[in-house]
Amino acid sequence: MNIDWAALGQVFGVSLLATVALVGIFTLGILGTSGADRTGTAEGGTTHAGGGSTTLARTGAYLCFAVSAAAVAFGIYVIAV
Amino acid sequence: MEHITLLIGIVIVTALVFDFTNGFHDTANAMATTISTGAMKPKAAVAMSAVLNLVGAFLSVEVAKTISSGIIDEGAGIKPEVIFAGLVGAIIWNLLTWLAGLPSSSSHALLGGLIGATLASVGMGAVNGDVVIMKVLIPALAAPLVAGIAATLATRLTYRLARNADEKQTAKGYRAGQITSAALVSLAHGTNDAQKTMGVITLALISGGALGANADPPLWVITSAGVAIALGTYLGGWRIIRTMGKGLTDIRPPQGFAAQTSAAATILASSHIGFSLSTTHVCSGAVMGSGLGRKGGVVRWSTATRMFTGWAMTLPAAGGIAAISAVIADQGDWGVTVVAVLLVVISGGIYLASRREVVDHTNVNDVDPIAPEESGVVAAAMQSVAPPPAQATIPAQLSPEQADSRTAPPADGEPYAESRTQTADAADPKDAEALGAAGPQSAERSVAEEKPQRPAGLLP
Repeated sequence: MNIDWAALGQVFGVSLLATVALVGIFTLGILGTSGADRTGTAEGGTTHAGGGSTTLARTGAYLCFAVSAAAVAFGIYVIAV
Repeated sequence: MEHITLLIGIVIVTALVFDFTNGFHDTANAMATTISTGAMKPKAAVAMSAVLNLVGAFLSVEVAKTISSGIIDEGAGIKPEVIFAGLVGAIIWNLLTWLAGLPSSSSHALLGGLIGATLASVGMGAVNGDVVIMKVLIPALAAPLVAGIAATLATRLTYRLARNADEKQTAKGYRAGQITSAALVSLAHGTNDAQKTMGVITLALISGGALGANADPPLWVITSAGVAIALGTYLGGWRIIRTMGKGLTDIRPPQGFAAQTSAAATILASSHIGFSLSTTHVCSGAVMGSGLGRKGGVVRWSTATRMFTGWAMTLPAAGGIAAISAVIADQGDWGVTVVAVLLVVISGGIYLASRREVVDHTNVNDVDPIAPEESGVVAAAMQSVAPPPAQATIPAQLSPEQADSRTAPPADGEPYAESRTQTADAADPKDAEALGAAGPQSAERSVAEEKPQRPAGLLP
């Protein structure tokens, strides 16, 4: 009997890394966008520092979403090919 | 087309029926968590999944050349009667497991059916036992572990990252992530599983001489297989959705997102690398993993054990039904007719049995949070008919848990955690590793967690 441990190990490693990385990145994206709203309301948008960090958080969040979208696109590519 | 005999016609229709059962049996894989967390309305969820299954059927032109992945020596000349008997076994097993609300692999049912029919009709020589272990048993053990561990870690991570965030603010994001991952699973399912049916129909056409050897499936085969699986998906296997979305564990939006992402990643990684895992096993494992990953999360091991038993029985049971069908069908035209009539009668009987306690889109989420066991006739029968020890790899490992979960109610935090730690010591090393990793921490956590009940406000 010939069990393809290498392939199984690969599946395990790739699945684990991809899942944890994507869930982590997407969660950061969610936090970036929702946290931005919270900072905005809490500080009333009065200070420059608050505005700056909000922009930063939003930019970072959109970056996270972009990475997630790219992963989904790659997923569709894997299905189609 | 003019070369299609009545027998080939029956095989094609039966293959499409199997495709249909495959669709509604596997709706749960993509959509159970989406429905149970309320990310989508039940009808909208199955509609989206159906459309994506249809799209998936057309997405890939790479057709599985062998429907049985090398388990059966197809070159020896597989007769249409054998394919027909195999399909009958797979359909009946799919319907029985649906009646019992058990998620089980449709691919394994098809494989089991074909193996059983071949054994009965051709003999032992035509089935490759080593390949069965490699392609069926090992993946069945590996799939839930791989997806489950990934989902557990991902669930922990997302809860940890979002520990200070307001749940209302993050709900929209989790919802979007969950739907996207579920969409990917649906798409992959349409591509993989509709192609199996296309492969079966194409093989039948080739064996009947209507197509040349190594021909690609004609467009009408692709279309009909895609439509059959999409219709089945839209019908929705609500019983299985209920088990997967509510029965195994209580899923909240972050868990649903982590579980579905883990399922999508594992399915795509496995099909890309070439170590194919069953979608159903991956998704069930991911759901259970997400249950272990949340503080105070509880996996109902009694339901899980029932499911594992179903998995272990899928191959022999579908094979047994198919073997009987093959013996009858081999008698000639009247035999095929008898099997066809029996298939219709048994399917009708299972449908009637399901009407006694209807589960549909209106009540799929209405589950008693503590004891969701729906004990149908078949469920009882399946529990009483324990599989023989030789085949019972999974149940044998889990039987201590089953015993423990009977004595200690799983919803109760502390005794449950204790029983799990003991079990981890007793079970086999691989299992113990997976469980032990989660065991002690969960014990502290479930004690710390004051309210294991889900607040009603969490559902959007």
